[in-house]
Amino acid sequence: MSEEATAILDNETKDAINVDRSKGDFKFPERNKFDAGRGLSSKTVDYISDVKNDPDWVREYRHKALKTFLSKPMPTNWATKDLENIDFDIIRYYLSDGEKPKRSWDEVPADVLETFERLGIPQQERAFLAGVEAQFDSEAAYSNVKEDLAKEGVIFVNSTEGLKDYEEIFRPYFGKVIPAGDNKFSALNSAVFSGGSFIYIPKGVKLKQPLQAYFRINSENFGQFERTLIIADEGSEVMYMEGCTAPKFETATLHSAVVELVALKGAKIQYVTVQNWSSNVYNLVTKRGLAMEDAEVRWIDCNIGSRLTMKYPGVIMKGEGARGEVVSIALANDDQHQDTGAKMIHAANNTTSNVVSKSISVGQGRSTYRGQVHIPKHLKGCKNNTECDALLINSKSRTDTYPAITVKGNQHVTQHEASVSQVSEEMLFYMQQRGLNEGQAMSLAVNGFINDLVREFPMEYSVELKRLIDLEMEGSVG
Amino acid sequence: MTTIAPQTSATFPAWFAARQQQAWERYQSTPTPKRGDEPWRFGNIKQLNFDGFQKAEPLDADALVARSTGLESTAAKFVFVNDTLAHSESKVPDGVVCLPLADALESHGDLVAKHFMQQETRLGSAKYAALHEASVSNGLFVYVPDKVEVDGAIEVHHWISGENTATFPHTLVVTGTSAKVRVVDIYRSADDITPGLAIAFNDISAGKNSHLDYVAIQSLNEVSRVIQINESSAARDASVKSFILNTGAAWARNESLTRLEGSGSRSDMLSVSIPAREQEYDQRTFQHHASEGAYSDLLYKNSLYDDSKTIFSGLIFVEESAHHTDAYQTCRNLMMSDTAEAHSMPGLEINADQVKCSHGSTASQIHDDEIFYLCARGIDPVSARQLIARGFSVEVVARIEDEAIESLVLKYIDEKFAHIASGGA
Repeated sequence: MSEEATAILDNETKDAINVDRSKGDFKFPERNKFDAGRGLSSKTVDYISDVKNDPDWVREYRHKALKTFLSKPMPTNWATKDLENIDFDIIRYYLSDGEKPKRSWDEVPADVLETFERLGIPQQERAFLAGVEAQFDSEAAYSNVKEDLAKEGVIFVNSTEGLKDYEEIFRPYFGKVIPAGDNKFSALNSAVFSGGSFIYIPKGVKLKQPLQAYFRINSENFGQFERTLIIADEGSEVMYMEGCTAPKFETATLHSAVVELVALKGAKIQYVTVQNWSSNVYNLVTKRGLAMEDAEVRWIDCNIGSRLTMKYPGVIMKGEGARGEVVSIALANDDQHQDTGAKMIHAANNTTSNVVSKSISVGQGRSTYRGQVHIPKHLKGCKNNTECDALLINSKSRTDTYPAITVKGNQHVTQHEASVSQVSEEMLFYMQQRGLNEGQAMSLAVNGFINDLVREFPMEYSVELKRLIDLEMEGSVG
Repeated sequence: MTTIAPQTSATFPAWFAARQQQAWERYQSTPTPKRGDEPWRFGNIKQLNFDGFQKAEPLDADALVARSTGLESTAAKFVFVNDTLAHSESKVPDGVVCLPLADALESHGDLVAKHFMQQETRLGSAKYAALHEASVSNGLFVYVPDKVEVDGAIEVHHWISGENTATFPHTLVVTGTSAKVRVVDIYRSADDITPGLAIAFNDISAGKNSHLDYVAIQSLNEVSRVIQINESSAARDASVKSFILNTGAAWARNESLTRLEGSGSRSDMLSVSIPAREQEYDQRTFQHHASEGAYSDLLYKNSLYDDSKTIFSGLIFVEESAHHTDAYQTCRNLMMSDTAEAHSMPGLEINADQVKCSHGSTASQIHDDEIFYLCARGIDPVSARQLIARGFSVEVVARIEDEAIESLVLKYIDEKFAHIASGGA
């Protein structure tokens, strides 16, 4: 690509982003009854606990986690220095209008309803979802699961209701897959968590339609810390999808979630994320699943938005024959850093894991893959396959890959492969010869690069994804 | 390690004394690596306690010179015992400077000053590179002027002798335009039971269109430790090849950095490691593409026996301006036991366009079918496994592309296999 073309292309790329972001870029005035104020101290934690009327064990858990958060250093020994730009003192840790989540959209306040209408949530629910939770800043505004599923014993509520109303199921698993002290941001989440979903699928129940959660940040300087726990009992199956947006504020916003999945014997959980935060959100998320005997946990992850995303979904394969999978697409545009990856911990015989990661860096975007595969001693028949491919669109794009693979013992197979390439001029020329313009050709090449992964997403999402990528790519060549 | 600054020989030039003094200060002010330091991830920092080790006078030098067998014919041969020259012979072409470093410092001070430890040690052992710089007293200096080709190899033996002896072997090789040279370093211990320490540094600088091959054979006894830092640079159209064999030492840390400084330059980084029992090899590599249109290819193979452990951490770093880079990195682990442990961290950082890069890492065992195939041809299972493991290593050795050096390397590999087969007493 010539220098000149590159310069034009950077401008046009910017236009493409602006077009794309506009869908989520609107906000309503704040009307918060409860506001924990700026900054974080044990008072903030008490305020949240008071408002939510937490049981004592939760309050205690929060305080302990806060101490851990304060004592842990930023992981800048390996992570980007951009983390140092997060100002924990100006962030607002809890905002809510004090309303309980509604079971019907009719009861949801007009501006909140309009927010989710504009994002298409109620419409999608009618069309193809088994249940929906919609979170507005700290608390869920709406949460509902189809009646027949509720009758079968499916629980789909927010985390506050979960820990109060279903303590006997919630408490034994809460904080067990991801302990508060796992990392600095899981500790932060454990101290101030609010919202997120609690899902329980009873034995043998297989959900045909997915459950959906939608996370929305409406207020400036707000930190969203949702907490999700999904338990799939023996032989059950569930697909959960989450989407996220925020308006584009002047200052940075923090989103730091913790998601724990538990797949009991023979259960299957698929967790789909389409992350399209605006480009000033720090998205620092800890996600991990526990797969017992013959269970399967799949993370299907697409990161298009945010300023910095650090997210390494993991699977601990604890039971024999368990399977873990991470399928990941990342698109890093100007001023974006998608630092994603996967963590596969084999803890039983004959467990298999698969990681397929594709990243695209456009303009000055930077994408990073970090992976960890761990196969301890005295296990047999563990297999891991990791593939990560990166596509660089412009001369200023950047990509990094840092996998770490530990294998102990001689009865396992691991392989890791990565490649970096760009859309070659020959490829573009070939397509242009057949009548496509350069933008269409580039878009086709990029879609071809990720096509086999896009197919892993539910139909409605894969159509949306293709459209998003078309939009992002449309302006990227002159 | 002693806390008293090492003395610079009075015969060395003033700049060198100053460098050693500064290095000593840097050694003291640089913190010791600690848990959580990324360049030491999975590494065993307990091995960095060198208390009680110190430099020593040469012991049994004559006997060790007699045992210093290597290639049948050499262009030059040097034997160092505890960093003291014990033997030298040389028939290098006119104009080639091939001297013990101590002599070169006196006779070719300016030339040494220009090339001596010019790159930054960035793979974790900066503190020990400083200690080496402060303590080094001898080694090899080779300068091959423009258009001169040295036939045969320059062979250097580095012996460690005596209990808790610390050595600081140094190899500095510089080639001019279109020159050619091969250097082989062999690190060994005087006996099998006395712990020693080597903190070695190899400085390899290839001038335009030159060919520079470097081979290191590390076969210390299994109670010794070694840190080997290998830094090479390749100018326009130059080709650098470095090969490291690890069969010895209780713990070995290799840090290999190559810098591609001109278009058309090429660097091959090769290594074979065969750890057994509780041996631990910790290898870190860095392929630095500073110029466009350069090529680098790394191939590291480990065959792990018993309770041994290997760590491979490699990074391909492509600078913003280094377009049209071709860079490859492969680490393969052959797991020969149920308790061996292999860590691989193959990394990429790409900042340029029109780059072809790939890296791969695998860990696997020998397939039962392969053993069966050989057994069916009358080979016993133990030999069959050995044969396959040897073949696995030979693929890397063949890339040295020098029959005499290849057979020398294979001799050490076969000795190691024999040692493993015999139970390794």
